[in-house]
Order: sequence, then structure tokens, then C-alpha cells
Amino acid sequence: MAELHTLTIAELSEMLSSGACTSVELVKDLLAVIDARDEKVGAYLTIDREAAMEQAHAADEARAAGKSGVLLGIPVAIKDLLNVKGQPCTCSSKILEGYTAPYDATVITRLRDAGAVLLGRVNMDEFAMGSSTENAALGKTSNPWNLEHVPGGSSGGSAACVSADEAIASLGSDTGGSIRQPASFCGCVGVKPTYGRVSRYGLTAFASSLDQIGPITKTVKDSALLLEAICGLDKMDSSSVDMEVPAFSAALGSDTSLAGMKLGLPKEYFVDGMDPEVEKAVRDAVEHCRSLGAEIVDVSLPNAKYAIAVYYIIATAEASANLARFDGIRYGMRLDGKDPAELYGRTRAAGFGPEVKRRIILGTYVLSSGYYDAYYLKAQKVRTLIRNDFSDAFKQCDAILAPVTPTAAYRKGEKTDDPLKMYLDDILTTPVNLAGNCALSLPCGFSGAGLPIGLQIIGDAFREETILRVGYAYEQTTDWHTRKPEL
Amino acid sequence: MSESNQGMDVGYVARLACIDLTEEERGLFQGQLDQILHYVEQLDELDVSNVEPTAHAIPVYNVLRKDELGSSLDHDAVIANAPSAADGQIRVPKIIDQ
Amino acid sequence: MKYEATIGLETHIMQKTNTKMFCSCKYEYGAEPNTHVCPVCLGYPGALPVLNEKAITLCCKAGLLLGCEINPYSKWDRKNYFYPDMSKNYQISQYDQPLCLGGQLEVEVEGEMKTFTLERIHQEENAAKNTHASGASLVDYNRAGTALMEIVSNPCMHSTADVMAYMTALKQIMQYGGISDCDQEKGQMRSDVNVSVRPVGQKELGSKVEIKNMNSFAFIMQAIEYEIDRQIEVLERGGKVDQETRGYDSDRGETFVQRTKEDAHDYRYFPEPDLMPVKISAEQIEVWRSELPELPSQRRVRYVSELGLPEYDAGVLTADKAVSDWFESAMQHTANAKAVSNFIMGEMMRLLAGSGISIADSKVTPEKLAEIVGMIDAKTISTSAGKQVFEIIFNEGGEPKAIVEQKGMAQVSDDSALEGWADAAIASNPKAVEEYKGGKPAAINSLMGLVMKASKGKANPGAVMQMLKQKLDG
Repeated sequence: MAELHTLTIAELSEMLSSGACTSVELVKDLLAVIDARDEKVGAYLTIDREAAMEQAHAADEARAAGKSGVLLGIPVAIKDLLNVKGQPCTCSSKILEGYTAPYDATVITRLRDAGAVLLGRVNMDEFAMGSSTENAALGKTSNPWNLEHVPGGSSGGSAACVSADEAIASLGSDTGGSIRQPASFCGCVGVKPTYGRVSRYGLTAFASSLDQIGPITKTVKDSALLLEAICGLDKMDSSSVDMEVPAFSAALGSDTSLAGMKLGLPKEYFVDGMDPEVEKAVRDAVEHCRSLGAEIVDVSLPNAKYAIAVYYIIATAEASANLARFDGIRYGMRLDGKDPAELYGRTRAAGFGPEVKRRIILGTYVLSSGYYDAYYLKAQKVRTLIRNDFSDAFKQCDAILAPVTPTAAYRKGEKTDDPLKMYLDDILTTPVNLAGNCALSLPCGFSGAGLPIGLQIIGDAFREETILRVGYAYEQTTDWHTRKPEL
Repeated sequence: MSESNQGMDVGYVARLACIDLTEEERGLFQGQLDQILHYVEQLDELDVSNVEPTAHAIPVYNVLRKDELGSSLDHDAVIANAPSAADGQIRVPKIIDQ
Repeated sequence: MKYEATIGLETHIMQKTNTKMFCSCKYEYGAEPNTHVCPVCLGYPGALPVLNEKAITLCCKAGLLLGCEINPYSKWDRKNYFYPDMSKNYQISQYDQPLCLGGQLEVEVEGEMKTFTLERIHQEENAAKNTHASGASLVDYNRAGTALMEIVSNPCMHSTADVMAYMTALKQIMQYGGISDCDQEKGQMRSDVNVSVRPVGQKELGSKVEIKNMNSFAFIMQAIEYEIDRQIEVLERGGKVDQETRGYDSDRGETFVQRTKEDAHDYRYFPEPDLMPVKISAEQIEVWRSELPELPSQRRVRYVSELGLPEYDAGVLTADKAVSDWFESAMQHTANAKAVSNFIMGEMMRLLAGSGISIADSKVTPEKLAEIVGMIDAKTISTSAGKQVFEIIFNEGGEPKAIVEQKGMAQVSDDSALEGWADAAIASNPKAVEEYKGGKPAAINSLMGLVMKASKGKANPGAVMQMLKQKLDG
């Protein structure tokens, strides 16, 4: 019973329904683990102890009253940019100091409806801007596999808490790789769903045309289970798509054969500067898939190399407008001034961290008079080319295999002084957000230093079932996901 | 993009974005942002004159709602979130007409 | 040198919707501050806008009423600027693909028919309301995010008379179309006015000055007049008019500089990623077209051609939609358009003017007027009695028939009663009889007067005339 925190949603769900454990026991166990470990890992910003215990009791009572459901009584951690009614939503920024969310994000409502327990809110790069969680203003998060290394970002807390068994699963958000990259760095499974699959209502926006909420879990099956709960049309989000949500967990299949499956390998994704250990692990994973019966075909994504340039124009432009609302007027922190302009300037100077300021300024510039066509419009056009590349590639294959990042998790402080260097690490994840399709990241090996390496499985829009099935077959025939960090 | 190679006036853009910068920040950002803009110039290699821009990843049209009343927020919660309030309204420094 | 002014208007009209443009908060004027607000209209983190279908319909119908082309594809853009009344610090608007394109308004200005052309109509959202207290301002977000459309005219007007005619016609059409109440007191119709002046004969327009955000037609006229004079004076002195934004100070009767060209906003428009484009089919446009109400100009033509009313009556009746609707309603119950028109233009307007109530609230309902007209037509009562009944109902209420009976107003057409009065009149006025017989037909009127007097106004004048002629000619 003491090891409940090490188990998966699928395992715990069976135990809860058979009465082998209760949600209250599970939450108590997790809180004890958090108390023991989180000082080192630093995943949580706020642990909602009382609310979580209440929800656990409620889940147990509901079960006793005949209610059932895979997520009933399962504790989940939430990236702190999702609004949870009555709780702060800091986005790991000083500027939201004092803000209490008056409403639930749609995904939170769906988790509540499913009976999940909201354990607490976890750290991230400020407003999801970063790849290492070092841009967090309110906490420091470490990689559970090596505390000197970054957990990745921006959903660093979401990945670290799952990796450290401080939560059974978590929700993150992915704008340019912010679920897949930390999942890869921390040895977890993460899914960036197709744009429009999951409602963004209540997700504090970074880049509205790229943002998507998704799960970070211990296994592929858990990701499928969590996705089933959060996907689907929401009238509060005009970009959410009216499309049937398949039973993802049922689509995983019962055998691990990939016969009949065509998997594409994009030559452009093995970039210069890629760590040979990463390349080897990914190429081994490709061979493994071949051994499971998949046919491996070469595909080309010729414009993927422009993704970073396009991404940092579009994402920052949208962010410059999205973050304009943080002005010290209606909520959050305020530094007063003699007139509103002075109040804005001071509040935003003190409330935002350097990376957020840098991106707002870049985004403001690319939209400004005289530069719009040269930067923003051009980026939108190249975005079309990147989308077309994927459409062409998916005419030749069912899914694409690729690395998630050029290296495994690096040391803290290694890239903080060079924003461009940090941006370039997103080269393998941003194309998917620009095209809008889905992708999954799962463990496929370890570096010599003992840090996890991730495999990225990219699917066409609304083909989550395919990438989950490939990921599941790979996972079931390897044992990377069974390893745990020593804490 | 070639005509815009002079680099950005970080001070001016920061004012547009309503962020006061220290001298130090301005200097630091100037160098970093010029470097990023230089990187972005690689898009000049592409001829996109006949390419349509993508504004939405998944094209959907006519997402409309009926003109029906929904619930509003509790007034007290709105005021409690405001850094400064008076008479049930949000208090701000005196606004001089635009 | 002679100068010519060129004027264009950007008119903001709040549409008649139940809820706001992008959220389901209620729009209600005068509600307790910050009670109709939600995460969307307050710009809270994570909130997203969703388009109000009714607002889109009203904007397109306004476009159809104004002869615009409905854009088959329109999209949404963010207009970025920081201001405490704009909760997201960007306004959702339409930059390059508005819902309605072109359009025109034909209006009579000082007896001459003129056509004023439109550039576009786009849909956007309203700002919150600021009140200025001492040392601080207070913001009420109830109005934030309400549906607002902007009708942009071309620079095609040249005088305050043009502008007045344009605005009056625009307001009338918006009210007729059920698009907006255009209540200026409630800020439902506000205009920015662009004014430039050039020497007559010069081809290119002079520098444009924008005067922002005015409610009252009177102030708009004053501001334009002031601005034309000011600009001419600058040019006369050999100066140059600066392109700038000005405000109008109604107390001083002057415009004043608000923003120079140098501090012009850089709005950084870009496509709104949170809202999907709107596609409008030709079928949809036809459905909307079929639902359009009749416009005042169309009603006027119909009143003349089908109801046989004089041009003058048709103009008066259609000037105000409420009056015209009341008239239409009365016409459901009677065929005598001229009589109804006479009552509305005469008794109704006179009594309304003194009472301060609107025609819709009058105790004389369209049905009751139709009944009064019916009694006059049936010669049950005289026209003057009808007017009395009208006034009694207007002041005290009541049913026409009951009042006529109660007050004994019914006319007497009964021959025996009339004969007595006629014989008495002839006997008492031999002079008039003599004159009549001597070839002066008008002399019969004094006999007629005597009969009416004797009957206390109840004698049916037609019947009396017939009786008198019979006796005298016989």
C-alpha cells in the first residue's frame, strides 16, 4: 500500500474500483511523498491539501454510492496557468500576485466531472515562455533524474512531479514543445493534441493559435485515458473543433504488432549539433518499430528548418497582445502612477521577468507599423509552407518518428544568458504547433549521464489514435518507462 | 525585411508595449533582440509572394452563439480582485482624455 | 479666396442585442456598476470571445438597408492600445475584411436630393465607461464588450446641412430596421467627424482633422462649424492645418487638440486568433433581405400611391417610426387614411406635445381612432364631435361609443326634428330667404347656422342642407 504513488492511472483505477485502496489513502500517500521530495524537486507552487482531501473523500463516497469512472479519485497536478475557481493562477509571474480565479477552465470542469482530485498547481516558465522552467518567477524546479539539471519547460513542474511520483498524472500546455520537451527531459509520456481538440477556455494564453493543453503521464495508456476526459467541443472556445472524440484507450490495441503501419523518418530532423547519444537512441527506436512490423519510409519536411524563425515571430506577436491585459487595473499586482500610462509602465516593469519582457517587445515590434508585412505576414506565409510539408508527408506515412530535442536535459544556467541558443532547442517541436497536428513524446533511452531521452511520434491532425497506438506498441515492448529516478 | 535591417529601437517599442526598461535592460535586450532579428532574416531566402498566410491552424468558420443570457460574475469577487476600488467601481489614476 | 469643406463621418451605433458581442453578459443601461461582467468582458486570464449571432445579423441587415455589399468572407482583428476602459488592452474589430462594404444613403438636403456614399460597416466591441472623480477615475465595465458597429462614410459631405441630413436619415433607418434605438443620451449613437478644408478648385483634399466621440447632433454641428472656420483662418494666415485629433468642448464651443500626428497610435492590427472568420452565403443574404422592414422612404411612396395621401402627410407620418407604426396599425381597422392622418397630424400631435408621453403610450389607441373615424364616416357624429371624443379619451380614457352616448353627441338626421328647426329658421330670417331666391346661394349658410344652433350642433349638416334647399327651391 505504501507504494501507491508509483502506480499508474490504469492500475490505480482498478484498485479503486475493486476496493484495494481508496482515494483518500492515495492522496495521503502522495502528500507524504510531496512532503518528502518536493523540497528537492520543487515541482509544486501550491499544494491544495484540504481541497484535495475533500475531493478524495467525495470521490470515495461517490464510488460507494455507485459512481464509477477511470479518473474517479485519481490525483492530478495542474500547470499553474489553468484557472481553478477560488485558487490563485500565477503563471509563475509576479504580475498575477493577488489574483483569484473566479472560474474553472473547461478542462478543470471536465476533470471535476470525471471525479479527478486536483492535488495542486505546479511550476512553469513564466507565462509558458521558456524551455527550462528557469524563467519561473515563483519557484525553482529541478530534474528528478539529476537535480543539477533542468526539468525542461515550460511545463517543467508538470513533468517533474509525475517523474518524481509526486502526482499520478498532470496537465501541461504546449505552444512550441512545452509538454513534449519536459516529458522527454524527465522520462515521462506527454501528448500535444491536435489544435482544437482540447478547449483552451481558462488556459492563460501565450500564443492563441498555437497553445494546446495536454497530459503528462507515466505511460501511454494513461495519456490516452486523460485525453479522453479532456478532449471535445467547447462552445466557450471558438477554435475548439466539433469532432467526435474516439475512445483513445480502446484504440491502443491488444497486440504490439505494427504490421501494416508506415512510419516516416524526416531527414531534416537529425539536425547539426544533435547529441550522438540522442540520435542513436532515436535511431534504435526506429529500428525497434521496424522489428515490430512497421515499414519505415523516408519523408521530407524541407521547411521545418524555418520553424524557429516563424514560431518566434508568430508566438511573440500573439503574446504581445495576449499579455497586454496584465496591466495592474482589474486584478493582480499594481504599482501606482500619476496617470494610467505611468501605472502600466511601472507595473509591467516590476511584474514581468526578463524573458517575458523580451518576447513582448519582439512581438510588439514585428506587428508595428512598417514591419508587419516583412515579419508577421511573411511568417504566416511560411507557416503555410510548413503545414503543407506535413500534409505531403502524411500522404506517404501514418505517423512520423523523430527526436524531441537535440540533447538530453542540460545543466541549470547553461543557456540562460543566450536566448537565441535556448530558442534553437525548440527546432524539433515547434513545427507541429505551427501545422496544428498532434504529437507524442515517450522515453526511448538514457544518456551516459543517466538522463532520459525522448522519442517523438508525430501524427496528422486528429490522428491521436495512431500516435498513441505506435507509442503503446513501442512502450509495451521496451522497459524505459519502468525506470524511476532515485530521490 | 532587408529595409528593416537597421535593428529595432528597443526604447520606442518598449513604450508601445507599456513596459518601463532600465538602461541596463535596454542595452541587454538591444543586443539579444538584434541577434534574434538577424536569425529571422533567413526567411528572406523564401519567395512566398504566391502563398496564402495561415492565421488559424485548423480552419473552421462561422462559430457563433445565440444571443442568450448567461451568468455574470459575482460583483464582490470582481471588486475583491481589483487592486483598488471605490463605489463598486475599479479605481484608476485620473484618465486624461485621449 | 473661397474655401470648400469636406466632411466624413465614422458613426458608432450600439446594436439592440440582449447580450454583449463576445460573451453572454446582459447589456443594460444604467445598471449597478460592474454587475454585468464576466471573465471575457473583464479580460481575465484564459477567457475567450465567442461571436454573438444576433449582432452579426443586425450589422448585415444595417448593411442591406444602406445598400452595402455583404462581404462573403469577413474576419476579426485585434486593435492594440492601452486604455483603462479597454479590458484586454486590445479591441476586437475588423480591419481589412469588414462585414459590409460600400453602400449609400439618399437624402434630401434643402430641397435637393443628394447621395452620400459609405466606405464600409464593421463590427466591433464597445469600451467600458469612465467617470472622472477628483484625483482618480472610476471604471464600470458593464458597457465593456457590448455590440458596436461602425458606419464609415466617404468624405462626401460639404456642409453642416449635409451632415445633419445624413445623420438624421441614418438614425431613422437604424430605428426603422430595429438595428438600434440610437438613443444618443445613452450613448447609442456617437460620431467621430473628419473635417478638412481646401480652396475651391483645388483637387486634393486638405489635411484632415478628426473630432472624436460626439453624441449630440447640435454639438456635432457646432464643432464642424467651429472647425471649418478655424481651418480657413489658419489657411488665410498662410499657415498649414495640422493633421491631428481634436475634441469638442461644448461649454466653450471650441475644439481642442487631443493628439498630434506624431503621437498617433500604432494599433498593430493583426488577425484575431481566438475568433474564426465568418462566411456568408448568398442564400443567407436573401433570407435577411426578405426580413427587412419597410424604410421610411418606401413607406412614404406607398402612402401616396396606395393610400392616396398628400406628399406632405406622408412625409410627416413617416418622419418618426413610432408615429408611422401607429398609423399603420390604425389602418388595419379603417380605410379612411386621410381622416386618420388628419387626426394624427392635428389632435394627436397637439396633445402629445403638451403631455410629454409617446404616441405608443397614448390612451387613444389605433383601434379607438379607427372607431371615431368610422362614426364620423357613418355620420353618427360630426367631425367636431369626433375631435371632442378624441380629446376626452386622450385625457381620461374610455370607449368612443360610450362617450358619444353619454354626452349625447349623436347627430340628428330624423326628418321631423329637422323640419321643425328648418321651418323656424326660414320664418325667423326672411331676408336671407329673399337673398337666396334672388340668386345669392351663399345666403343659405346663415339659415344653416340657425338650424345648427337650434340643434346644439347635433343636426346632420348634410341632411339640414338638403332639407333647406328642398323647402326654398320647391
